[in-house]
Amino acid sequence: MQKQLTKGNEAIVKAAVLAGCRAYYGYPITPASEIAEAASLYLPRAGGVFVQAESEVAAINMLYGGAAAGVRCMSGSSGPGISLMQEGFSYLAGAELPCVIADIMRAGPGLGNIAPEQGDYNQVVKGGGHGNYRTLVVAPDSVQEMADLTTWAFDLADRYRNPVVVLADGFIGQMMEPVEFAARATVPAPPAWAVRGNAETRKNLVSSIYLEPDCQERHIRKLEEKYKQAERAEVRFESWRTDDAEIILVGYGIVGRILKAAVELARARGIAVGLLRPITLFPFPSQPIRDLAKHAKAFAVVELSTGQMVDDVRLALAGRTPVEFFSRVGGNAPSAEDVLAFLEHTFPDCLPRPVAGRQEELIHG
Amino acid sequence: MASYTVIHEKAEAFYDTFERKAELQGQTHYCPGCGHGIVSKLLAQAIDELGVQDRTVLINPVGCSVFGYYYFDVGNVQVAHGRAPAAATAVKRSRPESIVIAYQGDGDLAAIGTAEIIHAANRGEPITVIFVNNGIYGMTGGQMAPTTPLGKKTATSPLGRDALNEGYPLHVCEMLNSLEAPVYIERVSLGNSKQIMHAAKAIKRAVENQVKGLGFSFVEVLSPCPTIWKMQPVEAKRFVQDEMAAIFGVSNLRDRSKEAQPRPAAAAAPALEDLPRLLDLVNGSGVEGAAAHPPQELDMRIKVAGFGGQGVLMLGEVLAEAGLEAGYEVSWLPSYGPEMRSGTSNCHVRLAHHAIDSPLVSRPNVLLALNEPSLRKFLPVVEEGGIVLYNGSEIPEDCVRSDVRMVALPFTQLADEVGATKVGNIVMLGALLEATGMLEQDRVVAALKRLVHPRFFELDLAALARGRQEFRGSAADDYLWGV
Ligand SMILES: Cc1ncc(C[n+]2csc(CCOP(=O)(O)OP(=O)(O)O)c2C)c(N)n1
Ligand code: SF4
Repeated sequence: MQKQLTKGNEAIVKAAVLAGCRAYYGYPITPASEIAEAASLYLPRAGGVFVQAESEVAAINMLYGGAAAGVRCMSGSSGPGISLMQEGFSYLAGAELPCVIADIMRAGPGLGNIAPEQGDYNQVVKGGGHGNYRTLVVAPDSVQEMADLTTWAFDLADRYRNPVVVLADGFIGQMMEPVEFAARATVPAPPAWAVRGNAETRKNLVSSIYLEPDCQERHIRKLEEKYKQAERAEVRFESWRTDDAEIILVGYGIVGRILKAAVELARARGIAVGLLRPITLFPFPSQPIRDLAKHAKAFAVVELSTGQMVDDVRLALAGRTPVEFFSRVGGNAPSAEDVLAFLEHTFPDCLPRPVAGRQEELIHG
Repeated sequence: MASYTVIHEKAEAFYDTFERKAELQGQTHYCPGCGHGIVSKLLAQAIDELGVQDRTVLINPVGCSVFGYYYFDVGNVQVAHGRAPAAATAVKRSRPESIVIAYQGDGDLAAIGTAEIIHAANRGEPITVIFVNNGIYGMTGGQMAPTTPLGKKTATSPLGRDALNEGYPLHVCEMLNSLEAPVYIERVSLGNSKQIMHAAKAIKRAVENQVKGLGFSFVEVLSPCPTIWKMQPVEAKRFVQDEMAAIFGVSNLRDRSKEAQPRPAAAAAPALEDLPRLLDLVNGSGVEGAAAHPPQELDMRIKVAGFGGQGVLMLGEVLAEAGLEAGYEVSWLPSYGPEMRSGTSNCHVRLAHHAIDSPLVSRPNVLLALNEPSLRKFLPVVEEGGIVLYNGSEIPEDCVRSDVRMVALPFTQLADEVGATKVGNIVMLGALLEATGMLEQDRVVAALKRLVHPRFFELDLAALARGRQEFRGSAADDYLWGV
């Protein structure tokens, strides 16, 4: 299929429909509203359902119903709405229901503003709801990845019977880039456990309740094992010019893009810098980070938050390698020049070296 | 809740044995004299009589009736507190053939779930809602409900419900009756056998409406909770018959099941092969005939800025679309949020023969300033040797930079001469193309054709030509500027 210039938020919806999503339930919020707007156009065209819910609380519980009925379904929102959905995330994970939620992050706390930030990392990646559960989280850095990772998110959701979040920010949601969409549309058969209102599925029950502590523990252990399996099998990241790097920048989403430009600037100054960009935030690429630590002198994490993902980098490294942190928040983004200045200031001893050749690799674990 | 009601004459829609507790397989968990036991039985009978057991999906709430799935041999979904109507909406929308029954208590429906029930009703979701109003939170041990009678002592209204502090008992049927969409709204009571027989009819009607494909059907059941009310079952029944009925009123508030038309069946889903077209992915906006390779080495980092309404974003989009068509890597990123306030607007556009790292343009090599504030704001960050086009008759004296190439032209005025102020952005685009030769004319024309309304297409072509012409005739000496 030809590439076409597509807005990030729209790419999510088109990829979702091609992946068999046939229901969208959501509540408008900037900078995610174009997702609902595109869904209201394309879902009915595809013979699917679109409902503008009365709140994000209702929306996430509609997802619960839609997923229980065995339909691929999704929602989209931003910080305040994602906060409201947290009880629902917990129920979805507890009842093992697959669905996809896009979070196009904006600045918080409170109403904050509508400009891009990455302050939802903790509530999404760590799980802002109650109980022992995780959401799987993918973090696109381009409009193409908005499409590709949405497609993958539906597969992951089904495979792990768990909600999956596409965690992006206002920039990625609002910007346009060329996208090549999946050439073929699919609709997977409804899963055997779904409650579809027919004789075949009459005995099915969707529930997160296990009254006996022993049964509840068994259930929690089963969920735990799924998350461990995801950690073994689903880690994705991009490693960019890290081979000879002394300093490893770590950033996800739009920050990953800015850091690529910063890598160029830094290398032009003779500082050997590379980038590790997590594509999955849960499971987190801890091992690849540890692997890089064998050669790198230091890590520098850049986020549009006061420091959320950086905790995971520090956990991965367990104090073995120094981790520095740089951020802009409130809707501001650092420029590549800002990052360079930060690097020069933080690592004055990094001796200029000859500029290394360009190397790119995408590693899918 | 030490003892359990035994249900005799089991309905088909009930399981033969209830597996909630190994030692109590013939019994529900409801207390003796509990209204839930009766309502469940009436509902099971209705499902039997209508022959819809296979099609039924019961939405189980949080409350004393949470375990409906142990008793009802139907499809079961257990949902979060108060959200049954939301989940029911989605099941019904995706499985229109199913018979979806949301079963809720008064805390569930009339407190935490108020929004969900009102909006499901207002959308006219063709589902059945059974609302068991026992005026108390049973499951959590007797706290006040929104339907608790005035004066009634509960665990959280120890001195009795006081209207000044806790408000009045909520009349849900009356609230829903103010909505246009519902088909059937009735309040029934379990106060005596006659009332129970009538309740059976109402519940059956509410399910039957759904079987017929009619709209939203709602039955509120005034129901005893002897355990929390600390009454004997007989006394509790009398309380329902006399006191609850007096507060809420037992009546049919609406029955449009005769007039209501069955909802039209959904159109058949399109073939999968048609989806790309339905998603506007081919023909239409897809870039067909795009060049496979970029025609020249290029790394344009363009900042377009001006007032909202000057077509700033559109100018950027035409550049990106034409760039894609010409075979370049492109990105377009609008500034929104704080910068949009005060009516300014800007976007970052990149066109390059190589992969684009950051779509944010912090050091532009082209600045298209459609107003003076934008020129002042972004001129300092323009890269040495960069290009600046300014919408004005001359560059303000204190804005001149000798290390960049600057041209001022009154683009808005030129647009007026072409025929419409709004094409000032396209006049500027013409000047940029003429100045840089960055894109071939036919690529830009193709992009315009896709992006602008056909009504303005000719005007835009004229604007483009005018921009080129004015730039040629302008003071620019080293025309053609390299990029
Ligand atoms: C979000 C949330 N808040 C509170 C509760 C605790 N809770 C469980 S049931 C219930 C009230 C049930 O009362 P009602 O809906 O009247 O049903 P009944 O038990 O009387 O049948 C409450 C407050 C919960 N499960 N979830
Ligand atoms: S507490 Fe009340 S509502 Fe709950 S089962 Fe007992 S009688 Fe029924």
